[in-house]
Amino acid sequence: MHCVINYTIPGMSLTPVLELHNLGKTYANRQVLSGLSHSFAAGEYVAIMGDSGVGKSTLLNLIAGLDSPDSGEIRIEGEHLSAEDEAATRLRRKYLGFIFQAFHVLPQLTLLQNVSLPLLLNQLPLDRAPAMLAAVGLQGREQDFPHQLSGGELQRVAVARALVHRPRLILADEPTGNLDQDTAREILHLIRDEIKANGASAIIVTHSRAAAETADKILIMDRHSLTPASSENRT
Amino acid sequence: MTPPLLTRWLLLGEWRSHRLQSVVAVLAITLGVALGFTIHLINTAAVSEFSAATRSLSGKSDLTVRATRYTFDELLYPRLARYAGVAQASPILEITAGVPAKAKTMHNPVFKILGMDGFRAITMTPDLLGVPAEGKPMDTLADDAIFLSPAAMEWLSVKQGDTIEVSTGAKRVQLRVAGGLARAHPGQRIGVMDIGAAQWRFDQPGQLSRIELKLQPGIDPAAFRAALGEALGPSYLLTESEDDDARIHTMSRAYRINLNILALVALFTGAFLIFSGQVLSTIRRRSQLALLRVLGMSRRQILRQLLLESALLGVLGSLLGLGLGYLLAAAALHFLGADLGAGFFPGVAPRLHLDPLAAVLYFLLGTGITILGGLVPAWEAARTHPAPALKSGSEYTMLTALRVPRLAAVCLLMGLVFTALPPVNDLPIFGYLAIVLLLIGSIAALPYLCGLFFAMLSRLSNPDQTGALVTLATTRLSNASGLAAIALGGVLVSFSLMVAMAIMVASFRISLDDWLGQVLPADVYLHSTIHQDIRGFTLEEQQAMASRNGVARVDFIRSVPVTLDLAKPAITLLARPVALDNPGLILPLTGAALPSGDIPPGTIPIWISEAMVDLYGFRTGDRITLPFADSTQIFIVVGIWRDYGRIFGAMQMQLSDYRRLTGDDHASDAALWLHPGTAFDTVATALKALPFGETLEIMETGRVRAAALRQFDRSFAVTYLLELVAIGVGLMGVAASFSAQTLTRIREFGMLRHIGLSKRQIYRMLTLEGSLLGGFGILAGFLLGTGISLILVFIVNPQSFHWTMQLHLPWTWLGVMALAVLAAAALTAFLASRRAVSGDVIRAVREDW
Repeated sequence: MHCVINYTIPGMSLTPVLELHNLGKTYANRQVLSGLSHSFAAGEYVAIMGDSGVGKSTLLNLIAGLDSPDSGEIRIEGEHLSAEDEAATRLRRKYLGFIFQAFHVLPQLTLLQNVSLPLLLNQLPLDRAPAMLAAVGLQGREQDFPHQLSGGELQRVAVARALVHRPRLILADEPTGNLDQDTAREILHLIRDEIKANGASAIIVTHSRAAAETADKILIMDRHSLTPASSENRT
Repeated sequence: MTPPLLTRWLLLGEWRSHRLQSVVAVLAITLGVALGFTIHLINTAAVSEFSAATRSLSGKSDLTVRATRYTFDELLYPRLARYAGVAQASPILEITAGVPAKAKTMHNPVFKILGMDGFRAITMTPDLLGVPAEGKPMDTLADDAIFLSPAAMEWLSVKQGDTIEVSTGAKRVQLRVAGGLARAHPGQRIGVMDIGAAQWRFDQPGQLSRIELKLQPGIDPAAFRAALGEALGPSYLLTESEDDDARIHTMSRAYRINLNILALVALFTGAFLIFSGQVLSTIRRRSQLALLRVLGMSRRQILRQLLLESALLGVLGSLLGLGLGYLLAAAALHFLGADLGAGFFPGVAPRLHLDPLAAVLYFLLGTGITILGGLVPAWEAARTHPAPALKSGSEYTMLTALRVPRLAAVCLLMGLVFTALPPVNDLPIFGYLAIVLLLIGSIAALPYLCGLFFAMLSRLSNPDQTGALVTLATTRLSNASGLAAIALGGVLVSFSLMVAMAIMVASFRISLDDWLGQVLPADVYLHSTIHQDIRGFTLEEQQAMASRNGVARVDFIRSVPVTLDLAKPAITLLARPVALDNPGLILPLTGAALPSGDIPPGTIPIWISEAMVDLYGFRTGDRITLPFADSTQIFIVVGIWRDYGRIFGAMQMQLSDYRRLTGDDHASDAALWLHPGTAFDTVATALKALPFGETLEIMETGRVRAAALRQFDRSFAVTYLLELVAIGVGLMGVAASFSAQTLTRIREFGMLRHIGLSKRQIYRMLTLEGSLLGGFGILAGFLLGTGISLILVFIVNPQSFHWTMQLHLPWTWLGVMALAVLAAAALTAFLASRRAVSGDVIRAVREDW
């Protein structure tokens, strides 16, 4: 069993946490996104599904500021995000938490150090890290190194790292793609519980219907739009 | 600013998990800085000590008067003592005396004896005044008394009241140690006698070496020097202590600079290792660095973090290098002497001084070069977009930034142009720059050449015949040539430098051996046990030698120093019988000599060494007016000969001309031809039986050659040492590069294991890759090394030392080195593959790293 840390974000309102305006992105003469617009409400947990190559990961990278759109604009809590400037880096550091399919933990750092990274970068108290590790069920393993962990445990570390600095928006790109069914289910519930407990918003990109089912809302993506899934689609 | 704690975590985490690469990088910088600092400390100690010792001999004088020849008539002394503007004049006779008692255990055991006028020395050189025993004040004028410096007493193992035997030429002199000196320079071996006694006891009646002048107050030294110089004429030279300092610096400059360049080569190799290490490290950590960007580290923070990594390696390496350099310098001074066996600084015992400014400079050089080595990979890692960098397989895109064929072409072209440029201030600056450009150009061209070569190899190999492993190895080397080139760079740099040095040293050694064969045509050579002895053998002594049984013919040679230019060290004048019609019999001429019929009447034929061409601008056919004896003479340059013995220049003339012009009938050396069937030992015994036989050093030609080659090897001892260090650093780089590369490829091995390759097959594949890569590196290194050796042989050496040589390739040695590097490359690839594959590579496929 793992516990959930409760915290609230002061001044949270129902204004959109994320706004996409007319986004366009082309890779090597291939138009991936074109005129895509959408608003995500604060506190929402949204799953995005769609065919392979439709641009789901690209969209997530643009939202995270890891790549810049060729056209259009992204606003997080009203602040404009651009991949190229230092302000975007600050914004990303403060507001976003990212969970990857491939875990991405630093192999030369202990679990505690890995989870402490966002705290250090945001100059927040480090004592949140052990509590967060405990919250994901890894209490007592603080000084272990990543190579001592299983895939599921590594993803727990990634979840702890994504949440430890209490970001407003969690972005998760196929977070269970490398995990077996049971572990995947466990991780998804962990993510959902933590997000809901902390009042954060989340966007999860996935091919897995089971994973998408854990979200409040499912959006189907094509090049131009994000459309709520119909009830048939949901079933 | 990155939080300090995070900086520390990332640094320690990286070093902890890749200790070998960190240690190799630190070691490379340590060795480079240590070598540079060692050479600097030794040279500074030697040059400053030699300068200080030389200055102490001139005391408080304003000006020193010397002749172009080594001694001059003492009649000049009263003339100068009365000269307007001169407050005081102090005459000095300098004798280089041998110590026969030490000849058996020491090569050329000599020390300097100064004959001085005690009354003049009181004010001019008070430090060099003899201190007689109590109650024996007249010892300062006694003809058998000598006063020794503490260093000389210690060296000779004598004390006040003892007797010493010294020699000059064939003459032996017994002297009584009458006391010490008032205040001699520490470590300086000198003795002081009354000048009259010295002239008499050492057969130099009426001769002086120099006169020290103290000018009256208010006299402008420069104007006085110019006026006196004009009054005395070209046979006399006027110097100040600054001139001596400049000459001392000039004497060893080329040697010092060459050693420094070799040290810089080690540092350059170290910087390249840092570069390749950092490239591989950033490739390996590409997705980790991207993650840090995702988590909110800015580009500037990533750049700062990576540069900090390099800088700390540089700081650590530089600090260790300074410490090691100091220890090495102390050891080298103790075991090899101040001149590291090159013979530039005799008679001084230099002490090591830690030079803080130089230490800071070498520290900054080591750290700076390390940061420079890490700059390109750090910059590339910081500017990469994190999204693509997070994906597996994007590592190789980074290497496209390192494909710089245009830079390669520009460097190679500029290198070629620089080989055609002349020396700067007698130094081969452009030659060295050409070498650096060739190295950089070749490294920059490697990814392109490597891709081309292995693509060709891949096309030529038939998978049906060669098997899957060969196909995998050649295909990978062809398709990932950028990564292969990083490892190859280490092999290329170290092997090309090994090849270049080996060819240069072999060319020099073989040319020297050939040269010795030509300049030593006689059966036996003899000279005084003291080198640079001025007295030599009198005419009677020469006749006694010539009349020994078994001696068919004797050529006597007179060898004396002559100063032509105050800013340059003295040249050597060699007088010997030379066949005008066929001078090539004893002189290794470098071009056509002037036919004897073309020598104008009234001119004196001379043959000059190659150094005279570079340093004084003399050419065959030139008429030169030179001060000689007490007048000026017109000489004609009849030919130019190669001389490996005297880098400051030498001039040969007929012995008969020399004797006629100078009246000096002494000889310094003798070349003896024996009657057929006469044994060397018989003649040597007969010569040793002469009254002065004990002062003779008699050697068969073969032994002279062997001794010269031994001296050559001793002079190059430091070069060999530096070469070995460069090789060691290069091989460490190969090991580190392969090791780092296999770690970056751990997922690839995991995939290969999944599709059915056994661990053993992966070892074999990697060893094959290592061998192929090593083989290509050796081939490229051989071509580059040969190019560099051409620059060393035909540009750097002639411009530094003013001699030419023929190119010789030591094929056996090159083959051995190639095999050693090939074996090292294959072995390190094998060991690195074992290390990489021994872990859980199968899991590496599932994980991102």
